[in-house]
Amino acid sequence: MFLDLFFGLREAGVPVGLQEWQGLMTALEKSLHGQSLTRFYYLARACLVKSEAWFDAYDRVFAKVFHGVEGALDVTEELLEWLRDPKNRAELTPEQREMLERLSRDELMRRFLETLEKQDGRHDGGGRWIGTGGHSPYGHGGEHPTGIRVGGQGRNRSAMKVWEQRRFRDYRTDATLDLRQWKVALRRLRHLTRDGAATELDLDETIDETCRNAGEIELVFRPPRRNNVRLLLLMDVGGTMDPYFEPMSRLVTALREEHGLRELRAYYFHNCIYDRVYRSAYLLRDESLPTAELLRTLDERWKVMIVGDAAMHPAELLEPNGNIDPREETPTPGIQWLTRIQGHFERVVWLNPDQPSSWSSTHTTRVVEKLFPMFHLSVDGLSEAVAALVGARKAA
Amino acid sequence: MSASDDFQKFQGTPGYIASGPLVDAVNCAIALERPLLIKGEPGTGKTLLARHVAAGLSMPMESWHVKSTSKAADGLYVYDTVQRLNDARFGDGDVSDIRRYIRLGPLGRVFAAEQRHVLLIDEVDKADLEFPNDLLLELDEMRFTIPETGDEVRARQRPVVLITSNNEKELPDAFLRRCVFHFIEFPDRELMKRIVDVHHPNLEEQLLDQVLIKFYWLREQSELRKKPSTSELVDWISALLRSGISREQLDAHIPFVGALLKTEQDSEALDTYRERGGKLPTRWSDLGPRYNQ
Repeated sequence: MFLDLFFGLREAGVPVGLQEWQGLMTALEKSLHGQSLTRFYYLARACLVKSEAWFDAYDRVFAKVFHGVEGALDVTEELLEWLRDPKNRAELTPEQREMLERLSRDELMRRFLETLEKQDGRHDGGGRWIGTGGHSPYGHGGEHPTGIRVGGQGRNRSAMKVWEQRRFRDYRTDATLDLRQWKVALRRLRHLTRDGAATELDLDETIDETCRNAGEIELVFRPPRRNNVRLLLLMDVGGTMDPYFEPMSRLVTALREEHGLRELRAYYFHNCIYDRVYRSAYLLRDESLPTAELLRTLDERWKVMIVGDAAMHPAELLEPNGNIDPREETPTPGIQWLTRIQGHFERVVWLNPDQPSSWSSTHTTRVVEKLFPMFHLSVDGLSEAVAALVGARKAA
Repeated sequence: MSASDDFQKFQGTPGYIASGPLVDAVNCAIALERPLLIKGEPGTGKTLLARHVAAGLSMPMESWHVKSTSKAADGLYVYDTVQRLNDARFGDGDVSDIRRYIRLGPLGRVFAAEQRHVLLIDEVDKADLEFPNDLLLELDEMRFTIPETGDEVRARQRPVVLITSNNEKELPDAFLRRCVFHFIEFPDRELMKRIVDVHHPNLEEQLLDQVLIKFYWLREQSELRKKPSTSELVDWISALLRSGISREQLDAHIPFVGALLKTEQDSEALDTYRERGGKLPTRWSDLGPRYNQ
């Protein structure tokens, strides 16, 4: 049974090695778990799991090994995704409440699983499917008197329920998280070089020089190492990007507060990049800059991060005068500008806030994805994007 | 290692409310003689824990506050070459004795000490990415050699090592494998009441409820960039008590909000919310189901 836990964790991708396992065995020999399953749960977690990002996986494996029920009820990420926003919070009248049958728990669970099997997409409101709002007995933000809550917060804190609560889901690194974690992901955006004013004592050189100077102390200074990364940030605003305001603003804040960067420039565009980019999200012509000037003034060592969903009408990307804004004349199709950007800079990445699973279903996203390496706008995606920006050179 | 549980156990101290799992993790680390790595939100008492572990075990404590410029070797010893050069130049002191210019760092002092110590390595993630790896051997074997003199510093008593991290950098796997890990969760309502009670005993129950409702409500607001933490709550209560604020005044306002919200944007977000007629919660039931168990 204990070995099931070990291999279960390894299967779930939690990095557990023999060293940790032996540690746990020693701890058990010393009966640190005090013959209690709850304490064993915490003890094994302290010994085996070394990051809160894996706590959720640990909870699932633990529940499967020591309970045998959670696996059947695994709430899939997709389901949670549908549930994230209650869109339709209709108040129910008492009559409607009456009409909803009071279901028994087992019956409810059976129907829940059936419904889950039949359902194939996000659902908000309505009376039948699992989703947010509405008066179906399943989902969250709903109004059914005896409904099953999916996602959200658990209440039960009895010992056996601790790991079934999965309180650590928020610590999973694939979700869009807190500002601090964005910054951690950005930390790797570094290319250290020594230039600028010499302010750091170079001990080896000092000793050498002092010796050469016949013992007369000769202090040698050198410039401290510092980050030489310059970043150009291009952001899609408005329209389909509106729902992603929060992850976008976190990215911008994290970048602005990342003082390690040598230089940061941010410009905005709408849907696609054409002749001009804008200094503010209001896209005012007075505050704009010709894209050609960007390419002229910034050298190829600038790292470029483009944030956008790349989802637009194919004409906006591929045809001349494709700009959706009629005030702007854009004889050059967007794709050509994107190709120029791609050709000019050594490293360009595209961050897409849409779920990666949906990228292939949009024509323009597929086109853009061929041009730039595309990553999801999340902590994990950002880490990968940063690695692509500072890692090995792109293939010529 | 013996199979008995005769090692020194940490039971918590009156000044520090530790959850059961945390106490277990500390004891596990002591029993396995491995470092205990503590993570958690800022302000959940990671650093404070070490002081209370030391007090609880009646051991002296040594702390090593890691900075972005810290190098692993600094914790072991520092060889003051510039001083030696200087002395050589001006003929001060005996420069032939290198030992005079070797000063032990926190790790070195703990190893060399007669008595068993608690060693806190605070904010290990502040230093360079390679920093933890450079300490692997020293923490494993609890000894190191000073190449300049050939002396070996070996721990007479394996210290209890506590390491805190704020998650600014990922720690290397090899380092993690050697640690016992504990993540301090944000305290729930009941635990928080006990924590507040340590700092502000005999607080009126209803006032405490109001304070905590406002506090947890603020933490729930996703617009906030920096969530208020336990230590800020304790400070806030001090401010409230000193100004003699009554429970009724707390119903409609959050006085001294500066003790809780530390950025301009966050205070503005709250102001905007209030200007739009947003209500402040006054009962636990105004918060989510998590707080109504």
